[in-house]
Amino acid sequence: MQSNKLICLVGLALGLALVPGAQAALKTGDAFPALADFHLTGPVPADLAGKVVIVDFWASWCGPCGESFPAMDELQKKFGAQGLVIIAVNEDENKSDMDDFLKTHTVSFTVVRDAKQSLVEVAGIGTMPGSFVLGRDGKVAFAHNGYHGSETKKQYEQEILSLLK
Amino acid sequence: MKTRPLIRLALLLSLLATLPGVTGCQNVKPWQRGTLADYTMKQDRDPTSEALNEHIWFSRETAAGGKGVGGGGCGCN
Repeated sequence: MQSNKLICLVGLALGLALVPGAQAALKTGDAFPALADFHLTGPVPADLAGKVVIVDFWASWCGPCGESFPAMDELQKKFGAQGLVIIAVNEDENKSDMDDFLKTHTVSFTVVRDAKQSLVEVAGIGTMPGSFVLGRDGKVAFAHNGYHGSETKKQYEQEILSLLK
Repeated sequence: MKTRPLIRLALLLSLLATLPGVTGCQNVKPWQRGTLADYTMKQDRDPTSEALNEHIWFSRETAAGGKGVGGGGCGCN
């Protein structure tokens, strides 16, 4: 009898351990985790307090990510002086892929690398590219799944303007 | 002896709980699709060869299309 109970317990524990866990994505109103906790490489901004921040997750193999870069660059140039900081977080497995991509996509915003894919795991984006627009309080004000050209750019502008007020 | 059916049920439940974990299935997260998004993973990467194959299948087997495979590609947007 004891052994049966033990088998049941071991089976249940094994089953629960092996079943993939539900992805806990960041939601609107959640505090965005501190970037310093994730061993990001690159010029990670030291102080983002009081800034409106867009954290954009991208990879070189993601077509829409490349399409979004010129628009993001434009937004950074347009609203940077007012307190907008765009941080593009690269999720490529190989750094060389990121470097090659950046040779043909010159941008004025910050690009950092999440080599261990730990930040994106916590953020739990639904698709690539995925981004979060953070208010001056560091909380997620808006979340974006994918980049759909001028439609998404317009949304970004409206959101940035509402948060910069 | 009344506990025996309960134990059997518990054994069955534990087996069922273990099954999803041992199937070898793994969710590929959106940021892990680099390999799947590679050009060489595309079935239709050569349009000429694709058109010829389609023609052969259509003329020999009266079959066309239906080659889409769920889960491949970049999965972006």
